[in-house]
Amino acid sequence: MKQYETVIGLEVHVELATKTKIFCGCTTEFGGEPNTHTCPVCTGMPGSLPVLNRQVVDYAIAVGLATNCEINRHCRFDRKNYFYPDNPQDYQISQLYEPICLNGYVEIGSGDKKKKVRIHEIHMEEDAGKLIHDAFEKESLVDYNRSGVPLIEIVSEPDMRSAEEVLACLEKLRTTIQYLGASDCKLQEGSMRADVNLSVREAGTDELGTRTEMKNLNSFKAIARAIAGERARQIALIEDGKRVVQETRRWDDTKEESFSMRSKEDASDYRYFPEPDLPGIFISQEWIDDVKAGEPEFKEAKKERYIAEFGLPVDDADIITDSKRMADFFEKTAGLCDNPQKTANWLMGDTLRLLKEHDMDADDIRFSPANLAKLVRLTEEGTINSSVATEVFEKIFTEDVDPDKYVKEKGLAQVNDEGALRETVQRVMDENPGSVEDYRNGKEKAMGFLVGQTMKAMQGKANPGMVNKILKELL
Amino acid sequence: MSLMDLTAVELGKKIKEGSVGVREAVKDCLKQIRAKEAKTNAFITQADETGVLKRADEVQKAVDSGELTGPLAGVPFAVKDNMCTKGILTTCASKILSNFVPHYSATAVEKLEKAGAIIAGKTNMDEFAMGSTSETSYYGPVKNPWDTDRVPGGSSGGSAAAVAASEVSFALGSDTGGSIRQPAAYCGVTGFKPTYGTVSRYGLIAYASSLEQIGPVAKDVTDCAAVLEVISSYDSKDSTSFNRGVPDFISALDGDVKGLRIGIPKDYFTDDLDPEVNAAVLAAADRMKDMGALAEFFDLSLVEYAVPAYYIIASAEASSNLSRFDGVKYGYRAGDYEGLHQMYKRTRSEGFGEEVKRRIMLGSFALSSGYYDAYYLKALRTKALIKQAFDKAFEKYDVIIGPVAPVTAPKLGGSLSDPIKMYLGDIYTVAANLAGLPGISLPCGRDSNGLPIGLQIMGDCFNERSVLKAAFAFEQTRKQEKSPLACGKEAEV
Repeated sequence: MKQYETVIGLEVHVELATKTKIFCGCTTEFGGEPNTHTCPVCTGMPGSLPVLNRQVVDYAIAVGLATNCEINRHCRFDRKNYFYPDNPQDYQISQLYEPICLNGYVEIGSGDKKKKVRIHEIHMEEDAGKLIHDAFEKESLVDYNRSGVPLIEIVSEPDMRSAEEVLACLEKLRTTIQYLGASDCKLQEGSMRADVNLSVREAGTDELGTRTEMKNLNSFKAIARAIAGERARQIALIEDGKRVVQETRRWDDTKEESFSMRSKEDASDYRYFPEPDLPGIFISQEWIDDVKAGEPEFKEAKKERYIAEFGLPVDDADIITDSKRMADFFEKTAGLCDNPQKTANWLMGDTLRLLKEHDMDADDIRFSPANLAKLVRLTEEGTINSSVATEVFEKIFTEDVDPDKYVKEKGLAQVNDEGALRETVQRVMDENPGSVEDYRNGKEKAMGFLVGQTMKAMQGKANPGMVNKILKELL
Repeated sequence: MSLMDLTAVELGKKIKEGSVGVREAVKDCLKQIRAKEAKTNAFITQADETGVLKRADEVQKAVDSGELTGPLAGVPFAVKDNMCTKGILTTCASKILSNFVPHYSATAVEKLEKAGAIIAGKTNMDEFAMGSTSETSYYGPVKNPWDTDRVPGGSSGGSAAAVAASEVSFALGSDTGGSIRQPAAYCGVTGFKPTYGTVSRYGLIAYASSLEQIGPVAKDVTDCAAVLEVISSYDSKDSTSFNRGVPDFISALDGDVKGLRIGIPKDYFTDDLDPEVNAAVLAAADRMKDMGALAEFFDLSLVEYAVPAYYIIASAEASSNLSRFDGVKYGYRAGDYEGLHQMYKRTRSEGFGEEVKRRIMLGSFALSSGYYDAYYLKALRTKALIKQAFDKAFEKYDVIIGPVAPVTAPKLGGSLSDPIKMYLGDIYTVAANLAGLPGISLPCGRDSNGLPIGLQIMGDCFNERSVLKAAFAFEQTRKQEKSPLACGKEAEV
């Protein structure tokens, strides 16, 4: 078989985190009763007119600057005309002719594998409503709460060659946009949606093959599977001497295959034209400068700083800065307890473990930096031992308990009283003469058993170092 | 003599003085409408009497307490049926909106209500304002109060006929390509199209968003100025509205045109112009010269491109603006269909009339891929050139005068069979829409059939004052004429 190269471009929709919709004052809050977050504008009532939310432009400029785009100083909106019930005006206000950001790039990979993925454009547009198909009725219902929620669409050039590069690019975009606070970028919840344009060509050739567009990709894993599946499908066609058809395909992640949605031939003519209800937007240098001045410290800079300033290991710094929420949490906690290393340990260890067990991500952290900081102090001061600390941390993680109070109420403070410890150790030895005998006959393992029994007798609160020392003495 | 024979400002003055009660004015208005509707068909919806009298009492109280002091307090008016009125049927004269009752009002309507004017009803029009005769209405054609065998013009034909027949004191119209000025000319009343962006379009059901403005259809220039002062204002709900500060139009009406520079486009006076209209318009120019104005002919050029450019831009925007009438959310839905696409097709096929469908198809074609550059973009470039030509003209002239329409009101039933001819009739009015200019239409004489002839005066953008000044001065040279259907004369018709 010949060698094939995969050529991939991305179209990424990102729901912006504005409080109100793009063209009216309705809230963007998620989860209201159907059609309660609506007004004449976002339901396409006759005579209503759109008024642009300035925050949307701010966010779009911010994302553009962070992805090295030129800002189009004279951008404007266009209408994309198509009939569908989730689209109340039967046109979507979007940008075709003069999008807000042009010609940018993001850098992915590191070291020798560093690579630029070029961004063709970023444009602003409105989201549609949601159709609800009732399985038991003949009718479909529509909820316009989402109609008019602001989106940006980031369109890349076909610069990626593998699923790894695609995921790296998406990860980069997600981190950058989250750091800007422009969106929470959650694929599962639809606040970030990626369509994959993919074609294959014989390795070594320059000409692009016929591409397909893949939709309905709801997780990074699904994207990786879809890329593998589509690559294989296209290669099989070519090997069979058949043609790849330019079309939009829908990925079914449970079946792990894609299905044709519509081909280029029956693609509709959207009859784009400049939106006459919205004047062009003039973006002054001052406006751009203002947005630039509000830029946060991005991941890369933060990571370097954590390594240099706090001496964190590279991997720890990398993982903690993956999410702005986590990085902010780290900085706050470390500041409160004045112990960045131990804070990092808690985040890298038990926090990540519990997040994973609960199927959550960093944005779902509900406990406060103050309580984690207190926990760090309690362990550092030796007030509680590490196994108790783990138990207390689980309480903090789930209920955000105050560890000072909790330790006091439950009597979990470590027992460092030598007399009490000696008494217990002696009792344990008396109760387990067999193990004592074993140890004295050279079975080192018996030591561990006796430590365990002592800890158990003291409900885990004994200072383990002291128990060891006393045991050895008495044995 | 009816109170509806008075101008709005005269009636408002009597109400303020206390010689006429608001209830009395409103009752008289409703009586006039009832008496004349069979002849004009100017209204689609007449206001509910109980509600409107209750409103009259509220306004009376506010007038008495000094809370309402404006010139239009207590004056009944009519609203073209393409402007949303809260709680009142708003149809655009189309079957597709024949059951639509908005829960919000157009900003211009709200402003008038706040000033104490009282909605007497919604006027008939060409369906979705597409037409020059007011015959394309789902509710039947409007008839001209000067001769009920003739059209009142369009698309604001109901508003013009209602004012001309003294059914109301004044009305709101909308002007996308001449839809206020041309019916005003045919019906012998005065209509004003403001500079684009002066009056909020919020609540005006869009036909061609980049061209249209709401404006007054009234009995004289003073009424136009008074209504304009109320409805002109920046509106945060309309991104295309301008902030022009506090509008001041009435003070421009001083009758003094000495030294006023008037340009007369030579290109307007061709063989296509009816000789009687030609003569009346030029006579008006002479009259103004007599009063000290300076008038001369000049080459405006590009005139022949205005109509094609207009119909491409207007139809393109309309094809998109009218998409939302799809049977999903409000309005008419076909009774019998299978599946979504058939529902769309049947709803729109049954819900829209011929002329609307023609323009939707024309506009969809002009925007379709492969034709966009050749039609839509070229039309936009023409629009820009026309604006430049006017900019140049207004370096030399304060106002431009010309005819409103090539002919006086034609007979009912003659125009729709030849749409191209009907479109060409818009030749003198569409340029003001393409260039965004203010323009007025006021009576300047009558033809040998006794039908009114309109004079058009246009000004530079934001120069409403010069237009009003010139119009007012000319108006002073003529006696106001009433249509045979106007109050007191209906018995003779």
